[in-house]
Amino acid sequence: MTRKILGFFVLVSLAAFSCFSFGQNLLIKNGIILTVTKGKIAKGDVLIIGGIIKQVGEDIPAPEGIKIIDASGKYVIPGIIDSHTHIGLTGTNESSEPITPEVKMRDVLNAEDTSIYTALSGGVTMIHTMHGSGNPIGGENIVLKMKWGKTSEEMIVPEALRTLKFALGENPKQANVTGLATPRYPQSRMGVNAIIRRELLKAKNYMEEWDRYLKAKKSKNPPKNLIQPRKELRMEQLIDLLQGKMVARCHSYRADESLEFINLSKEFGFKIACFEHISEAFKITKELAAEGIGISIFADSWAYKVEASEGIAYNAAYCTQKGIVVSINSDSGERIRRLFNDAAKAMKYGGLSEDEALKLVTINPAIQLGVDKIAGSLEVGKDGDIAIFNEHPLSAYTRCEMTIIEGDVYFDRAQYLKEREEMEKKKKEDELKKKGGKK
Amino acid sequence: MRNRAFILASIFVLCVSLSLAQEKSPRIIAIKGARIIPVVGEDIDQGIILIKEGKIEDVGKTVTIPSGAQVIEAKGLFAYPGMIDSFSFLGLQEISSIRATVDSSETGRFNPQVRAIEALRPDSMHIPIARANGITAAVVVPTGGLISGQAGLIRLVGWTPEEMVIKSPVAMHIQFPSIPRFRGREAQPREETSKQVEELKDLLNKARSYQKIKDAAQKNTLLPLPEFDETLEFLIPVVNGQLPVMISVQAENDIKTAIKFVKDEKLKAIFFGVVDGWKVAEDIKNSGIPVVFGSLYAMPSKWDDGYDALYRNPGVLAKAGVKFAFSSSSASLAKDLPYHAAKAAAFGLDKREALKGVTIYPAQIFGVEGMMGSLEKGKAANIVLADGDILELRTNIKQVFIDGTQTELSSIYEELLEKFKKRY
Repeated sequence: MTRKILGFFVLVSLAAFSCFSFGQNLLIKNGIILTVTKGKIAKGDVLIIGGIIKQVGEDIPAPEGIKIIDASGKYVIPGIIDSHTHIGLTGTNESSEPITPEVKMRDVLNAEDTSIYTALSGGVTMIHTMHGSGNPIGGENIVLKMKWGKTSEEMIVPEALRTLKFALGENPKQANVTGLATPRYPQSRMGVNAIIRRELLKAKNYMEEWDRYLKAKKSKNPPKNLIQPRKELRMEQLIDLLQGKMVARCHSYRADESLEFINLSKEFGFKIACFEHISEAFKITKELAAEGIGISIFADSWAYKVEASEGIAYNAAYCTQKGIVVSINSDSGERIRRLFNDAAKAMKYGGLSEDEALKLVTINPAIQLGVDKIAGSLEVGKDGDIAIFNEHPLSAYTRCEMTIIEGDVYFDRAQYLKEREEMEKKKKEDELKKKGGKK
Repeated sequence: MRNRAFILASIFVLCVSLSLAQEKSPRIIAIKGARIIPVVGEDIDQGIILIKEGKIEDVGKTVTIPSGAQVIEAKGLFAYPGMIDSFSFLGLQEISSIRATVDSSETGRFNPQVRAIEALRPDSMHIPIARANGITAAVVVPTGGLISGQAGLIRLVGWTPEEMVIKSPVAMHIQFPSIPRFRGREAQPREETSKQVEELKDLLNKARSYQKIKDAAQKNTLLPLPEFDETLEFLIPVVNGQLPVMISVQAENDIKTAIKFVKDEKLKAIFFGVVDGWKVAEDIKNSGIPVVFGSLYAMPSKWDDGYDALYRNPGVLAKAGVKFAFSSSSASLAKDLPYHAAKAAAFGLDKREALKGVTIYPAQIFGVEGMMGSLEKGKAANIVLADGDILELRTNIKQVFIDGTQTELSSIYEELLEKFKKRY
């Protein structure tokens, strides 16, 4: 008997496993398909098998029994990717010390953060959720898919690059923090650079110490007094950076501080994937393009602090035109649901084409996160991560209708409206009952 | 010889007067060929707008263009009335985290004496950016405390605050006592809220007595004047119903309390914010109080309200018959005003109603509908020429006229871009 029950559970969990972990089968019919990288199909279909896009085109025959979504008159685009946010976490800044690369956002994931649903309601399927900008060297960030209702483990995107957060300027130097009893070193841009250099020198030293130890240990006659160096998690992380197993994502606003960080990266030979916010990128397009460094910025949010006071709305379009991979990020649990609006602003300020504007929130962030093989456009072989809009996603009047991850529907406005209606109906009935009871 | 000197002098005078005439904008401007969206009345395809001395002289399909008028060809463009931002920090805030550049808030709880327009910075870098997006007027509002001060209506052009002010005050801003609903703050008991409402009522009563004593003393010089009281002095126009109060209020219960407060005190009122408005739409409608929405770039206060609560709020209130207007509630993103309206349109508000919410409705709410808010005869020539719908993100604004004068559309945005374009 117990064996039977156990067997049943195994079966059920197996079924669940195959359904959820390997993705769904789904056919989206008759939509206006904006593939982002392969043009537009005026009336087309997207076929997802096992969570992966199998076919994008016209009149795809429906495999038997497949779930079909009618997208007639609606816009079908790749799921939006937010290259810089802090949602789905129980903490953002480890502010007790200025250097904390050993801290990992993976350890503080919060699958129940309602911002995940908020993100879905704006067509977002993937995020890079990051350590804060309080420390010159912050923690290791993580890339998640917005699988609302799943465990945090199931949300992690293992294909993504490992990224380490750095921060320059006003935040790490605590320029806008008042009432500190004892100011923490560093308090200037000099100090910020110096402390990063110090840690990287330390890491190199640590690496050499280990190299020597291992070399000596492997040698024919290891010295008798050979002592294993102490394992330091902080240094281990920095070594991963120096050895290219991890890339830097650096919060910066000003052009000058960003150039100094590029110098640091050359001094130590690590890779900068992206500058975050970088309001003044338009001033140093030459250097950014030459180094192949991406930028992850706001469309036009600016002037909230001095270093953001030259953050002109042309930044995204101009840098794109100069050959830089630009993404528009939210950095917020609210802005995340209107990234498509922000992308449209790069058409107005700088004249990007529709595709170029959409790239800012789809394939470009995917490139920055190293997941462009699996996400960021509607192409065969990529994950079935899709957002459906009622009007053109770059119109101010548009609304996200559905968000799909690996063929699974995670946000459905029609369903939401139905549930709301039922809830309100029930509420009214309850109120009537209460009133009746009183009488 | 004398004759020659006379001729020379005459030529000189003529030249000077000609150049002076050229400096001034021509008295009559005709904008020709645009699709005109007057907001009030039917749209006019390929119409003509005639501007004379800063005002709209005529608008229509068949308007005779007087000879000598400056003609602006606007075929293929759309002509809209300039937009009005109904709650703005333009000119009051430059860099929001730097106190030295922020003059939108005063310390203390009762500051009816402070006037937003007296902190106005005409050179603010945010003003030309907002103007270049089709916004021609804004209500600048002080915040903080319970009575924050006097809001003023400004035009988004001018060298001095005086040149910018259209009307001030247009409202007295009151931040209605509320129970903080946000996490991280200590919740205030309801008694504390009602105590504060009582305090406000008490103050208004005192202002009424103060006015009575003042009036009596004015009629009879033998009677003593009241002891001067700054707070009561500036509440007089509020209690006698001359100056509307603009009440910031958000939560359902607070809105109900505020409606009762306005009724009890017989005030002329405008509500601001009203994020829970959709829960009490009928109450607001019945109160006759118009609503200025805050930024829609915000999250609902409760999960149960649904993710789109703020987005659908304007549509629900409009349907109930509430008069409404949109606001940016910002300085650095004042230019986004049209997108708040469009967002509401994406979630249930009629598109044309959304447009009215940034044009004619705010003009009506602030009592300047005779001067602006639509393209109608006799109104100020605040005209926006655009290559599309002005609430659309992708639309480019081509020209902006304020009081009939073409305004500069470049800002620090273009200044910085052009500077660094030269580099690489």
